[in-house]
Amino acid sequence: MALSKRHISKEEVEHVAWLARLELSEEEKELYTQQFNDILDYFQKLNELDTEGVPPTLHVLELVNVFRKDEVKPSLPPEEALANAPRKRGRFFEAPRIL
Amino acid sequence: MKIGLEIHCQLTSLKTKLFCGCSSDYRGKTPNTFVCPVCLGLPGSLPVLNEKAVELAVMVALALNCEVAPQTFFVRKNYFYPDMPKNFQISQYDVGGSIAIASGGWVGFLVGKTRKTVRLRRIHLEEDPGKLFYHGTIDTSPYTLVDYNRAGIALLEIVTEPELEAPAEARAFLQKLRSILEHLGVSDGGLEGAMRCDANISIEGGGRVEVKNISSFKDVERALTFEIVRQRDLLKKGVKIQTETRHWDDVRRTTLSLRVKEEEQDYRYFLEPDLTPVRISQEMVELLRSRMPELPDARKERFLKAYGLPEYDAEVLTSDRAMADFFEECAKLYDKPKAVANWLMGDVLQCLHSLEVDIDQAKLAPQYLAEMLKLMDRGDISIKIAKKVLWEVMKHGKSPSTVVREKDWWRITDLQTLEGYIAQVFKEYPKAVEDALVDEKTIHYLIGKTMEATGGKADPELTNALIRKKLSQMKKGS
Amino acid sequence: MEPYKLGAWEISQKIRNRELTARECIVSFLSRIDSLEPKVKAYVSVLREAVLKKAEKIDKKVKRGERVGMLAGVAVAVKDNICTKGVKTTCASKILENFVPPYDATVVERIEAEDGIVIGKTNMDEFAMGSSTETSYFGPTRNPWDLSRVPGGSSGGSAAAVSAQEAPLALGSDTGGSIRCPASFCGVVGLKPTYGLVSRYGLIAYANSLEQIGPLARGTYDCALLLSVIGGYDERDSTSVNRAPRDYTRSLGKDLRGLKVGVLRELIGLGTDEAVVKAVLECASKLEEMGALCQEISLPVLSYALPAYYLIAMSEASSNLARYDGVRYGYRTEVDLDWNQVFSKSRREGFGAEVKRRIILGTYALSAGYYDRFFLKSLKVATLIKRSFEKAFQQVDVLLAPTMPLLPFRLGEKIDNPLALYMCDVDTVPVNLAGLPAVSFPCGFHQGLPIGAQVIAPPFREDLALQVSFAYEQAAAFKGRTPTL
Ligand SMILES: [Mg+2]
Ligand SMILES: [Zn+2]
Repeated sequence: MALSKRHISKEEVEHVAWLARLELSEEEKELYTQQFNDILDYFQKLNELDTEGVPPTLHVLELVNVFRKDEVKPSLPPEEALANAPRKRGRFFEAPRIL
Repeated sequence: MKIGLEIHCQLTSLKTKLFCGCSSDYRGKTPNTFVCPVCLGLPGSLPVLNEKAVELAVMVALALNCEVAPQTFFVRKNYFYPDMPKNFQISQYDVGGSIAIASGGWVGFLVGKTRKTVRLRRIHLEEDPGKLFYHGTIDTSPYTLVDYNRAGIALLEIVTEPELEAPAEARAFLQKLRSILEHLGVSDGGLEGAMRCDANISIEGGGRVEVKNISSFKDVERALTFEIVRQRDLLKKGVKIQTETRHWDDVRRTTLSLRVKEEEQDYRYFLEPDLTPVRISQEMVELLRSRMPELPDARKERFLKAYGLPEYDAEVLTSDRAMADFFEECAKLYDKPKAVANWLMGDVLQCLHSLEVDIDQAKLAPQYLAEMLKLMDRGDISIKIAKKVLWEVMKHGKSPSTVVREKDWWRITDLQTLEGYIAQVFKEYPKAVEDALVDEKTIHYLIGKTMEATGGKADPELTNALIRKKLSQMKKGS
Repeated sequence: MEPYKLGAWEISQKIRNRELTARECIVSFLSRIDSLEPKVKAYVSVLREAVLKKAEKIDKKVKRGERVGMLAGVAVAVKDNICTKGVKTTCASKILENFVPPYDATVVERIEAEDGIVIGKTNMDEFAMGSSTETSYFGPTRNPWDLSRVPGGSSGGSAAAVSAQEAPLALGSDTGGSIRCPASFCGVVGLKPTYGLVSRYGLIAYANSLEQIGPLARGTYDCALLLSVIGGYDERDSTSVNRAPRDYTRSLGKDLRGLKVGVLRELIGLGTDEAVVKAVLECASKLEEMGALCQEISLPVLSYALPAYYLIAMSEASSNLARYDGVRYGYRTEVDLDWNQVFSKSRREGFGAEVKRRIILGTYALSAGYYDRFFLKSLKVATLIKRSFEKAFQQVDVLLAPTMPLLPFRLGEKIDNPLALYMCDVDTVPVNLAGLPAVSFPCGFHQGLPIGAQVIAPPFREDLALQVSFAYEQAAAFKGRTPTL
């Protein structure tokens, strides 16, 4: 471990967690930083492989042009649309304030 | 100063949303009734692409002189907002081998009397988010209400190069763009929120400011003007303009800072694994090209030839599909196209502005305008009366002859009646009569007074002749 | 014989022939569930009332002489990441603890169209992220062969339910081995279909480009039967392939003479438990005895599959799981704060440790500075892996390899070491990257614990993989062995 480059700092973990909107506790930050470095260390293995000129697999299937006709299908019954909402107001979903 | 626009146009001629079969006719409907697992982003749901949306996008690309990509992909644009059912938007972006449906292209338009061309960067398909409602405004509302009826509506995003140089240019460009889309029949810009716009603006020595949430052409001009004034003021005070994203508050008509550059988003684009690539063959492009209706520029050329209109008139009329349609309908019924154009671009436009309606929603029908012009030609009404008739028609939707009849605005050609009015005027303005007897040029005052006395109904030529006759009789008599 | 001991095909035959009623069968499974669940914990929820009503309906149909479907009266356990209309579908996560989908997954519709009965929703690793079913919010499922051990994952509940005879059939989902791993650990047959064969509509996504829903059963025939029901084109899934429906039970029983089997050297190589290597090689000799032609095949690039798999899966997962913000559905924190805070707090409280780990790593791998190095690189590695399989299939008809490099481990043994757990998937993930079908079947036992081998076939050749599995199963010395519970 000592020889390997450390890939991600605690601050970076914090930043990425924020990008992902995941609040972390102090212990989680410490633990994840350690674990992520081990995992990323292992992932570095990919660098051994030369992929020069290799196209990425964008879709494993070679399907193209899968379409739907522009025809109206029934929407959800009104009561079902909101049934799983933790909070609602009338016919609206209630989200937190933005600012 | 450089202005670039990102325009989001809903493909309003589609019956369904971009990735699900929910009806796209969501306007004015009960919130959250036009939703399904797909457009609500329910776990486990999958998108399936609306074929017609691709066809319409290709047609728009052709109409805007773009290069259509032979193969295009959808990507996920990852960002979080309560109007986003999945917290990512299925969009298109050039990343990891993916490319948008079209790139390049240009739009030519008139600003005042000058011709201008703006190049386009790219065009892509994406899904509309839902609609947010606040209790008060965005910065004071204790919660946010969400209606997902709009979520998933097919949007075409059109991105310009930053080549516009004034707010008025931005507006003129948008007007022309709308005309093109309406001629294609893909988007009805008159529908609320069907064409929305984000604007980038940078003025010399300042950073690039993006203004979001602009939903009308008028507001584009307002928001840009506001920003220019704000930024120039800051520069004058020696404050540096930072690169940032601002929100247009259309109620208070100001912009608010949303985020500065350091917080700029990392959208983490990657290929949408739930959709397949779209391959657009040359045959398909040609087929769609052959199905394209006449576009504004072609129509303008035709107006020049078929109606003998001056270039300016032809350009102005074809910059608004409804206006051009109106013109052609009217020109079919009345064979002096230049007169029709003059009236449309003059009095009719003025009326529309003050009534705040578009011509296709106005109560003025092409046959009414034709009828009115014919009344004038026949000498049944004067130009002055015609203008009054126009207003009445636009307000009440009655035919011009009905208006004239009800208001008794027929031109007075009866000699006796007219002579009566003239006698009255001569009696009231003896001084003017004396002047006219001495200097013939002042006769216009008396003609004017007679017209006034008849409420504009008097036949001006007849009035002129009768007054002259009366004056010469007086000269002889004296 | 107690109906719960029967296989799916036998049950539907007996119901059709009026030797049994659907009600009797369902009752038998419900009481089996009642007696074993406290030990095994395979289910998250059991649909007690609904299943009886459905069974009675089928019995009425039989009585009236109406046609009944291929799965008439057969109880099917469904992994809890597959949407069931009106029935909680939790992904074994607190964040979806109360989520009731307003729609059925296509596979559920198809099972019901064939008169199969969804008897319950099975436990799994939270959001299918894991190989041990220990990351479930509802607690771990146990391995029916040894209750102190894990059943594998992430479809651990489905495999355990089938193994413990709490259901004759189950649905799992396989993103990087999540059907085959628990099938191997629980001594049952599990099939990961070719990408695009089975509709994903209604499968709550973990990593869309890699995963497929597939069947689990105690025998190959039943596995083929369920695949025949759920496979086939679905217009609601754009990645579903439009091919004619197929009855996979048809090719079973064909002999193996002349079939070329490649034994994957890399996957029986270093790091694989000796008992596993031994069992797989013995399996290969057995196949040779039956007329197959075995040869060793080396695909060195497979050793890069694991990091590529994890990077792709985590990246897609980070985006898939962004929708859990507590607005439209799912857990929402009680605190009244702004959007971003409520969002990140709800997720902190709603997601377990492994899910958070993968979301953060996936977000990292997709972010601007790292996209090329991690995500794009992994997609290129996937191309190389796909190509090397294509080359191998020019030489052989199918490939044979261990399903798991190790025997079922003890609960808690690896949970604190995520990397060590990831390593367990080394033999299963190449198949997902290449979109291939693979079936895992029991190929031996070691100290009372089952060992699984997988047969990997070219795209849409599930029939070949099942043919091998079926032939081996008929000849296996341990045929019909079940755990004692
Ligand atoms: Mg956009
Ligand atoms: Zn919908």
